[in-house]
Amino acid sequence: MSSHSIVVKELRKTYKVPEREAGLKAAIKSLVARKTKDVHAVDGISFQIEPGEIVGFLGPNGAGKTTTLKMLSGLLYPTAGELSVAGHVPQKRQREFLQQITLVMGQRSQLNWDIPAIDSYDLYRAIYGIPQEQFKQARDEMIEIMQLKELVKKPVRNLSLGERMKAEMVGALLHQPNVLFLDEPTIGLDVTMQRRIRAFIQEYNQRYNATVLLTSHYMADVQALCKRVIVIHHGKLLFDGELTALVERFSAMKTLVLTMSDMNGKTPDMAKYGTVVTQEPNRVVLRVAKSDAPQVTARLLADLPVTDLTVDDPPIEEVIESVFDTPEEKP
Amino acid sequence: MGLNENITTSHPRSRMSLRGYLQMYAVAARQAIIEQLQYPAANMMFMVHILIEPVIYLVVWSSVANSQGGAIGGYTAAQFAGYYIIWTLVRQFNLAIGPHGFHWRIKEGRLAAELLRPVHPLLPDLGYYLGYKVPQTLYWLPMGFLLWLLFKPEISPDPWQVLAFPVVLMLAFFVRFFFMWLLGLVCFWTERVDALFELYFAAELLFSGRLVPLEVMPAWAQNVANFLPFQWTFYFPIEVLLGRVSLAEFWPGVLIQLAWITGGYSLVRLIWKLAVKRFTAVGS
Repeated sequence: MSSHSIVVKELRKTYKVPEREAGLKAAIKSLVARKTKDVHAVDGISFQIEPGEIVGFLGPNGAGKTTTLKMLSGLLYPTAGELSVAGHVPQKRQREFLQQITLVMGQRSQLNWDIPAIDSYDLYRAIYGIPQEQFKQARDEMIEIMQLKELVKKPVRNLSLGERMKAEMVGALLHQPNVLFLDEPTIGLDVTMQRRIRAFIQEYNQRYNATVLLTSHYMADVQALCKRVIVIHHGKLLFDGELTALVERFSAMKTLVLTMSDMNGKTPDMAKYGTVVTQEPNRVVLRVAKSDAPQVTARLLADLPVTDLTVDDPPIEEVIESVFDTPEEKP
Repeated sequence: MGLNENITTSHPRSRMSLRGYLQMYAVAARQAIIEQLQYPAANMMFMVHILIEPVIYLVVWSSVANSQGGAIGGYTAAQFAGYYIIWTLVRQFNLAIGPHGFHWRIKEGRLAAELLRPVHPLLPDLGYYLGYKVPQTLYWLPMGFLLWLLFKPEISPDPWQVLAFPVVLMLAFFVRFFFMWLLGLVCFWTERVDALFELYFAAELLFSGRLVPLEVMPAWAQNVANFLPFQWTFYFPIEVLLGRVSLAEFWPGVLIQLAWITGGYSLVRLIWKLAVKRFTAVGS
């Protein structure tokens, strides 16, 4: 048996979708001869994830992230390729497999809206056959960490989006799964709620050595939780490695932030050093090509009364954008 | 505070014990009771909505019976009153997830979540709809009493028929539950299901004794009804409590109910496999 928690080999999912031109003529024609085309939602991706890893699964909308997560959780049957999750073939949907995984989709609710979450948790206990003592202990602790004590007694429909999401997370983890598939778990939440959900995921991962595959459009989630990221685009794998390596590889620019001493009202021409992002009397932010950064830094220090200078990578959002802009890149 | 170090991760179990299943039904039933008791006003309105249908039938058929010399198809006006008052109770008991509910479930992604759980979604459903009967019966009691006062029914069952009624009522629920589920499974193949659902409900209305006792229907309709499950979900339990079913008719009736339950369940199992296969092929 493989020691990896998740193994994906040459995974493919192809949908047949109806194709029709606009207009009445095309509508009538489609009654007789229906045309379809193949859409490759996931197009031969491979990766492995070790037990206890938290991996960010990134890609623009329609990249194939959710389709992949659905295949990994057994909700979708792959067109081709091999899958193994916690030693099981997901599409067989065996009871032992389902007891070890969870899939949380930020935009989908699993709790019964008309009753308090605490009552839905009781049904989960019965469905997963969790011993009463173990269930109570886990439930109460998760409720406390998420600060849901009073909220779980209210009908779910009366909770705010953030409160509901916290309640959903607790419900999804009550059976203490080893593998977590989290699809945009912080979508639409305010910063405080995002932070709390992140802390909860991190704590759960550390406590149970759980494997987490996380998709999020919030780079703060990825930066806080994931050392490693997998980037896909148009169903193909673009990058698999450490987040720092992604920045190193795809960031063509560096950001220089200079603080200067008083220049007696003179404004230096900063454009000759690079692209000026912002310029204030004593502070300038420049964007320069990564390869030019050492020389530009040296020139700035020589030419200007610099009191402080930092060289940063651009924001991760920009790096990710640049990854998607270069689909020809291969890992 | 962190997660307790003493908690061990759950060990996957390949099978659920009988006790586990019973617990799950009990918890699902409890959920239904909690849910329904939260909405007394809405439930009373629903009850009134449900009562309108039989009250119309009752008024029409009582008038017809009176105009035909006091009886039609062996039913007097007072027996029609008894028939339709019991109808209202039977209707409460044979309520099950409708195909529209199934459609909503797929559309909202609820079914996907249920497929990720280690039990068949039908099982918590069964517990839920069994629990649902408890508050619905409570809501029915004042309405039933009011109808009794208004229409003065004639109901004369033997003691054994009174005792047998809850049994055939429960069996009627199971028959309808499995066939409703079966109908709901169509949603896996197409979203445009309204026409099919309407056709099904029209057939049920006609051949179940819901519209009118089967004796009042033409012979051909009674013959067709014999080949369908519908009468065992309405007509048969009503007739048992009315005292119109003899012991010689009762046992074959129960056996036929059991046969339809077995058939419905087997079909659900078969179609479910195909439905999940399709669902996992194309997604929601």
